[in-house]
Amino acid sequence: MLEQIVHSVKLLQPETALAVTFCVLLVLDLVVRRKSNLAAWLALLGLVVTAFFVLQQASSGQNSIFFNMLAVDSFSVFFKFVILASSFLIILFSLQSDELNSGTRRLGEYYSLIIALTLGMFLMTGASNLLMMYLSIELTSISSYILAGYTKEAEDSSEASLKYVIYGAVSSGMMLYGISMLYGLTGAVDIYGINRALTEGDINLMALMIASILMVAGFGYKISAVPFHFWTPDVYEGAPITITAFLSVASKAAGFAMMMRFFKVSFLDPTVGNLAMGAWASFQGFEWNQLLAAISVLTMTLGNLVAIWQNNLKRLLAYSSIAHAGYMLMGVVVLSNEGLAAVLIYFVVYLFMNLGAFYTVMIVANKTGSEDIEAYKGLGYRTPLIGVAMTIFLLSLTGIPPTAGFVGKLYLFAALINGKWFWLVVIGALNSVVSLYYYVRILRNMFLKTPERSAEPIQFSFAHVTILLVLLIPTILLGVYFGPLVEYAQASLVMFGIQ
Amino acid sequence: MTDILTYLIFLPMAGSVLLFFLKKERVATLKVLGFVFSLLTFGLSFIIYFAFDPSNAGFQFARRILWVPSLNISYYVGIDGISLMLVLLTTFLTPLALLSSWKSIEKRVKEYTIMMLLLETGMLGVFCALDMFLFYIFWEAMLIPMYFIIGMWGGENRIYAAIKFFLYTMVGSLLMLVAIIWLGYYASTQPNGRFTTDLLQLYSIAPAVPLTIQTWMFLAFTFSFAIKVPLFPFHTWLPDAHVEAPTAGSVILAGVLLKMGTYGLLRFSVPLFPDATIMFAPYIALLAVIGIIYGALVSMVQTDIKKLVAYSSVSHLGFVVLGIFALTEEGIQGSIIQMINHGLSTGALFLIVGMIYERRHTRMISEFGGLANVMPLFATFFMIVSLSSLGLPGLNGFIGEFLILVGAFKSTYLSQWFAIFSSTGVILAAVYLLWMYQRVVFGKMTNPINQNLSDLSKREIAVLAPVLLFIVWIGVYPGTFLQKSHNTTKHIISVVKQYTQSNLTHSDTTR
Repeated sequence: MLEQIVHSVKLLQPETALAVTFCVLLVLDLVVRRKSNLAAWLALLGLVVTAFFVLQQASSGQNSIFFNMLAVDSFSVFFKFVILASSFLIILFSLQSDELNSGTRRLGEYYSLIIALTLGMFLMTGASNLLMMYLSIELTSISSYILAGYTKEAEDSSEASLKYVIYGAVSSGMMLYGISMLYGLTGAVDIYGINRALTEGDINLMALMIASILMVAGFGYKISAVPFHFWTPDVYEGAPITITAFLSVASKAAGFAMMMRFFKVSFLDPTVGNLAMGAWASFQGFEWNQLLAAISVLTMTLGNLVAIWQNNLKRLLAYSSIAHAGYMLMGVVVLSNEGLAAVLIYFVVYLFMNLGAFYTVMIVANKTGSEDIEAYKGLGYRTPLIGVAMTIFLLSLTGIPPTAGFVGKLYLFAALINGKWFWLVVIGALNSVVSLYYYVRILRNMFLKTPERSAEPIQFSFAHVTILLVLLIPTILLGVYFGPLVEYAQASLVMFGIQ
Repeated sequence: MTDILTYLIFLPMAGSVLLFFLKKERVATLKVLGFVFSLLTFGLSFIIYFAFDPSNAGFQFARRILWVPSLNISYYVGIDGISLMLVLLTTFLTPLALLSSWKSIEKRVKEYTIMMLLLETGMLGVFCALDMFLFYIFWEAMLIPMYFIIGMWGGENRIYAAIKFFLYTMVGSLLMLVAIIWLGYYASTQPNGRFTTDLLQLYSIAPAVPLTIQTWMFLAFTFSFAIKVPLFPFHTWLPDAHVEAPTAGSVILAGVLLKMGTYGLLRFSVPLFPDATIMFAPYIALLAVIGIIYGALVSMVQTDIKKLVAYSSVSHLGFVVLGIFALTEEGIQGSIIQMINHGLSTGALFLIVGMIYERRHTRMISEFGGLANVMPLFATFFMIVSLSSLGLPGLNGFIGEFLILVGAFKSTYLSQWFAIFSSTGVILAAVYLLWMYQRVVFGKMTNPINQNLSDLSKREIAVLAPVLLFIVWIGVYPGTFLQKSHNTTKHIISVVKQYTQSNLTHSDTTR
């Protein structure tokens, strides 16, 4: 028992580092009266230390700690890297955001909440116990509620926060109900136990179906899948842009990680199926992938169709991120390692291109004070660097080669075709065409229209260019040279308890 | 020599990178450098032309570098007789297009030249790629420069036309992507097989795909190419794109981009899926014939010269598709030469329309009349090009259309009615082109503004003369060009015959 705890504590180093950083930032905010960026730099330092510990975990093999509460395996490490990278970038974004740094607002609390949010997401990636899942979701959610309403003086920011709380409460309530039903059916709260119970026992499939639909409600809320997406546009529009970007990438990554682990570990039937080929079978008669396929189609189609009508870029990107969640869900539907690997690849790609698009929107909003598509008229000539960068991010989001977004879609489509989900892949392809329309609307305003009023260029500093390049280079490079990424993603599919 | 195709493909891109670092105020330097790079590319393609061995039906100058080991994707380029002709057409038309826009493009010259050079890289890549993944990348990447060329330097309604062009092509190409991946996986289900997008390997694997699946794959590929050609009824993007694009854009669009569709049919649809090809040949030929007649009839009623030329493309490309699906040697040879012809004749027509537009800023037929009096040189060039486009014996258009019609008559897969009906397209072409010519060039000069029009400048003559040279050359002695693609054509026909499944099973039973 004690041995297990000691072992577990050792493997909890990244989370511990985050927790310590969080506390330090909180205390700092009380002690230091002056307004400064010290908190941000300390938060970055904390993330670097965390990254160091995660790196150590990468070679520690597959473990389960605290009596199957958390899994520390290649799969969670992969997502931890994605989350760390986005937290790091978001803090850098925040340092440059006029929206946050204006006025007398002090940001110590803001940075400490970002660290808390990161901690919650870390726990989500490894959670292998239903209660742990619930707790980690709550930790992320509560931090995000506050962050979404951080610009208190802005009315829509407070509205966003409130909406977020209400939807969050309903979803987590549903999920909790699902958890209790699952516990009632299987007598276990850890996913390994559920799997064992499903293998051995005779379980009412109807009840199981209802329980897993309720679980999906919880996951669906985190990844903003239709019909649990209603909070997304308002929250994304109202929240500070840095938080919007953060939620659209990291929060989704954590939600996907948790969902994939839950479904794969609990519902995989080890007695059936061909694990060597990477394809797996779920329990007889229990086709939850059909349910996910339907959600995936709804999510991408609704996201894309509604995005067409948006003129506010933050809102447009919000709907586009709904659509991207739909694409990624396609990978989960296939029930194969190939499909999951495609999701992992997509997340890395999505991290760079989506944060890139949000970052550009932030730079423009800093200068023009507007996120409206009209503010982009002639941007390509006023500030060619930003125009070209945005073009590449948008083309990548559409999935046009030779950008990284194409590689992401390629692997998703490939997994679907190999799994014979032809109708789904055709819907995915047609959806990409729809998305082309609204992404190109922005391109059109940047390059094909001339500015109406002020034609002055947008000023940017060396720091802006550096961050832009950090996002831009992978977006192009991963479109041409993606071998290592793919191999790493495929190697990262190993979850504790599953071959 | 092994890397010569790589140099050819990426030379224009290197040029565009160089231009990127120049100041945009140095307009003259930018124009000259862009032109020089396109000329160098042409020179390089000329070397390839002479080094090409026509007796070899396979792919030459092939170069293969493994790119993505896990999916067995490689950077694989090579050309055969068909691609050679289209590569030459591309490298030939690009410098002319750049030269033609010397004066008409005044704003954003830097961006324009960069886009044109990038476009050239994309087009050359499409014609040289032997890996379907690589092909797809060039095919899609090329849309971006074309979108900007139409959208930035086009006419009034350019933004609508540009997005329509982009969306149409995208629908088709994504379905093609699905088929490419599907085919790759099919290869991996073969004994000792693995995922591959290598075209040469797939040539032997794909024909054995069960007919039901083959049908779907064939349709996915063909749909994508049919939009690009464009085959009736997928042609509606074309008039918009053509009319709104700047002259050089129209020249490249008509001259090269449309050929990518017919090239795709010939390179992918037909040899990969012979059974489905034979099954669908009459239906596609029917669409082609409808396109021939419909395009010609619509051309006849146009009041805008550019629109007339645009619709005539629908008609002319219908011939090319008919020739391909006749599946006879004459038909396919005719199609290849007709692709070149259409690139030259229609390209030249667009150039001429552009020249007249630069002078008058209108393209309405009714605004002109009697131009022969003030612009004799212009009238002569216009005459020859129109005659070539309508297929007068002695000029290039005749050779292509004649071969295609012969091929369609001889075809075992198509009924003779296809040839009979499509030959009316030749007559209609004479009607709409000559009628237009008559109204623009002959007659009394009714509009006094036309009185002071200047005749062609030296630069304009330099743009048109090389095209004219080839128009006459192909018309008088087509052997120079037919001989290069002769063996490749034969090879394709034999592949179709040899790999049809009835033949495969038949030879199995006789053995």
